[in-house]
Amino acid sequence: MADQTLKEWLLTDTPTSRRHAKLSALYTGWLTFRSNTMAMIGLGILVLLIVIAAAAPILSPHDPFVQDLGNRLAPLGTEGHIFGTDSLGRDILSRLIYGARITLYIVALVALIAPVAGLLVGTVSGYAGGWVDVVLMRITDIFLAFPRLVLALAFVAALGAGIENAVLAISLTAWPPYARIARAETLTIRSSDYIAAIRLQGAGALRIITKHIWPLCISSLIVRVTLDMAGIILAAAGLGFLGLGAQPPSPEWGAMISEGRRFILDHWWVATMPGLAIFTVSLAFNLLGDGLRDVLDPKAGE
Amino acid sequence: MTDNNGEGRLSLPPWIKTTVLTIGSIAVTMLGLLFITFIIGRVMPIDPVLAIVGERASQSTYDAVYLELGLDKPLVVQFLYYLWDVLHLDFGTSLLNARPVSEDIARVFPATLELATLGIFIGIVLGVPLGVLAAVRKGSWIDQIARVLALVGYSMPIFWLGLMGLLIFYGILGWVGGPGRVGIFYVDVVPSVTGLILVDAAIDGNWNVFKDAFSHIILPASLLGYFSLAYISRMTRSFMLEQLSAEYVTTARVKGMSEWDVVWKHAFKNIRVQLITVIALSYANLLEGSVLTEIIFSWPGIGSYITTALLSADMNAVLGGTVVVGLIFILLNIFSDLLYKVFDPRAR
Amino acid sequence: MDKLLDIENLWVKFPTRQGVFDAVRGVSFTLGRERLGIVGESGSGKSMTGRAILRLIRPPGIVDADHISLEGVDLLKKSEKEMRAVRGQRISMVMQDPKFSLNPVMTIGNQIIEAYRLHSKTSKSAAYAKSLEMLEAVSIRDPERVMRAYPHEMSGGMGQRIMIAMMLIPNPEILIADEPTSALDVSVQRQVLDIMDKLVKERGMGLIFISHDLNLVADFCDRVLIMYAGRIVEVCRADKLHEAKHPYTQGLLNSLPRLDAPKDRLDVLKRDPVWSEAPSVSGRT
Repeated sequence: MADQTLKEWLLTDTPTSRRHAKLSALYTGWLTFRSNTMAMIGLGILVLLIVIAAAAPILSPHDPFVQDLGNRLAPLGTEGHIFGTDSLGRDILSRLIYGARITLYIVALVALIAPVAGLLVGTVSGYAGGWVDVVLMRITDIFLAFPRLVLALAFVAALGAGIENAVLAISLTAWPPYARIARAETLTIRSSDYIAAIRLQGAGALRIITKHIWPLCISSLIVRVTLDMAGIILAAAGLGFLGLGAQPPSPEWGAMISEGRRFILDHWWVATMPGLAIFTVSLAFNLLGDGLRDVLDPKAGE
Repeated sequence: MTDNNGEGRLSLPPWIKTTVLTIGSIAVTMLGLLFITFIIGRVMPIDPVLAIVGERASQSTYDAVYLELGLDKPLVVQFLYYLWDVLHLDFGTSLLNARPVSEDIARVFPATLELATLGIFIGIVLGVPLGVLAAVRKGSWIDQIARVLALVGYSMPIFWLGLMGLLIFYGILGWVGGPGRVGIFYVDVVPSVTGLILVDAAIDGNWNVFKDAFSHIILPASLLGYFSLAYISRMTRSFMLEQLSAEYVTTARVKGMSEWDVVWKHAFKNIRVQLITVIALSYANLLEGSVLTEIIFSWPGIGSYITTALLSADMNAVLGGTVVVGLIFILLNIFSDLLYKVFDPRAR
Repeated sequence: MDKLLDIENLWVKFPTRQGVFDAVRGVSFTLGRERLGIVGESGSGKSMTGRAILRLIRPPGIVDADHISLEGVDLLKKSEKEMRAVRGQRISMVMQDPKFSLNPVMTIGNQIIEAYRLHSKTSKSAAYAKSLEMLEAVSIRDPERVMRAYPHEMSGGMGQRIMIAMMLIPNPEILIADEPTSALDVSVQRQVLDIMDKLVKERGMGLIFISHDLNLVADFCDRVLIMYAGRIVEVCRADKLHEAKHPYTQGLLNSLPRLDAPKDRLDVLKRDPVWSEAPSVSGRT
């Protein structure tokens, strides 16, 4: 009964307060999202990934770094090594489980850096207008004109190989689309009447941008970030594969494929398993992104 | 047919204005691209002088090279030098083999061009009809297949799929040739005229080489083709859906046209412009995607070249390659803009 | 008056998540060689009725009727291929806005020639000559230039005349005009209507004129069907429209300003839920 009333309270047409309206909107959004099976599967996979990453020491059957040269390249289903072992006899399953941490780390960092940078550039550009806008958008265009992976390669080459530099390089190539989106949103919001009203009340540019423009840009940015996540994972794995991302013996999935590549014809599982892991996670992000887009930005669908 | 653009303030005809603006913006973009590569070259922790003269060179040799490279000048001057060199297609010499980088790029580029072109061809030939069908039969099984194909394409690491392809089609089934452009017996058999080995073999009339080269290129090209198919079919579908709900499509049906003609003669004609942009974009992405594919298939193209150079810290080669790929990106953009004007009467 | 079209109990349904939405609910009427007006507000189902006759309702929409007979032959029983021989050649349709109803990337000439050649096997040059003739018939000056032009180069009034030329070139028996002048400037509305009227009369065609504009329909048509919520609520002769009995029609009339009987304050239409429940009036003669 209490559950029923809570549901009714959430689904009301006549909210009694701002928070009530917000919660109600959130709940209806969740209902739409929940009816999308594929998106729910994506969400499920990602929740599982987070749990696995958090509980890695408990879940992994072996230490991911301990070598056992006597038992190297053991096939799938070997006693104690379900996914087999790699060229140094390390348990592949355990390495995959620890690799989830690295993947999440990279994704989280890029998802923090790139959209925030894009949001800053885009809102300043859109709000200030004039030559600031022209200059900032020209810079954005220049970055957009670059082939992303090649630019990231060049950056990593300059900064040196490593996870942090890979994250930086990916972020440097990922921010321009966010800046474009944020600028477009800012332009529409800026000219609306309620912004004029706030300005008449004496609000400064900083306050308008941070309190009134940013919150409205967030939802379209979230959708875009989620859809880009798969691309970010693939780019990070690509850099790892080229030996420019995480360095050995770190169990990064892309680097694991690179190691397994040498044995692909005789010991296929060494490269296959991490590839499947990358595929599953980026698929999950794509499914989630599609679902979120339907909820937050229905116009962009189809 | 009236000319509303005459504002009186500017007496220049509008097309001159737009041309000047377009050329200006291309120039600025190219300058920016070169500036970024220049900066990357400068923040590089490797000492360019040491890289040339070696660790054991005397101080005087070091200083001489230092001056020769112009490293004593202010950054702006150095950038201008750099611009001057690039304008003459001089990207410096490779530290690895002491040859001019531009020569190296000219040598490896046709391999990438051949691979990417065949890839985009596969992507267009399969992706466009798939996208159109998915839109026409929205919600049907073919739409679902197109959706899954695209979703998998967006989520799959290209280098891993390449490995799996090699494992299955080369290792297990033996249907295709292995890594490289041709088998070792056929290396340098036909004279290089265009650098495109399929074309060279055809010119030479050496069909054994042609067959062998084809069996080597088909797997990596299909792989690249699949990734462009994922993108092209998705975009084609959404463009077509938009057009099919347009009123002129109803007009065509009212005329009594068959659904096939309505789709291809009317709706499809209206998405050509957008489609060209998408194809140009995915062609550019293929050139880039070939970086990883070339590694997997030991394909001696620009992607392999850049990566090899990277791993041996050959910065001139890396930056030269980056600039060339960047310039191709920009050129493809200009090209698609030009075609836009050909296909859309409203843009003329 | 011989019957060209005889429609009985026409339904147009759209399945939605909330259940089936009935856009048209049991409409019956006939059309002779006359000008029949269908009037109603947006959403009343008048456009859907027009499109259902040509079987242009796309899935998931469903068209259902006892029969839609064109000179005694039921269109609902025809295959899609047979239906294509009806569209254009026997029943044609002019839509609201020429900006959208003409293909933007084809020349006007090609679009008209295409309409003609779909139904008569003639050479390209004969079709070209016929198209020029047709453009002249809709009072387009310099038709050679117009044939080479693209739709975006035309004004709205010209576009709609081109549309009429294109739709009448296969010489159909029935023309459905779906709000043909609503998107046009008031100054050219009359001209377009006169051209359409002249051609329809000359050729002895039947015209279904769909509009929301009561006065226009009263002026222009012989007979009027008034639709509300997917049903016909009233049928009357156009010149007797001001004697209409149904409260909805009266309400519509009273909410329009009249020069001969000025009012300080126009009436606001009050809707009675009973109207949408009442059975459809038959427009058959």
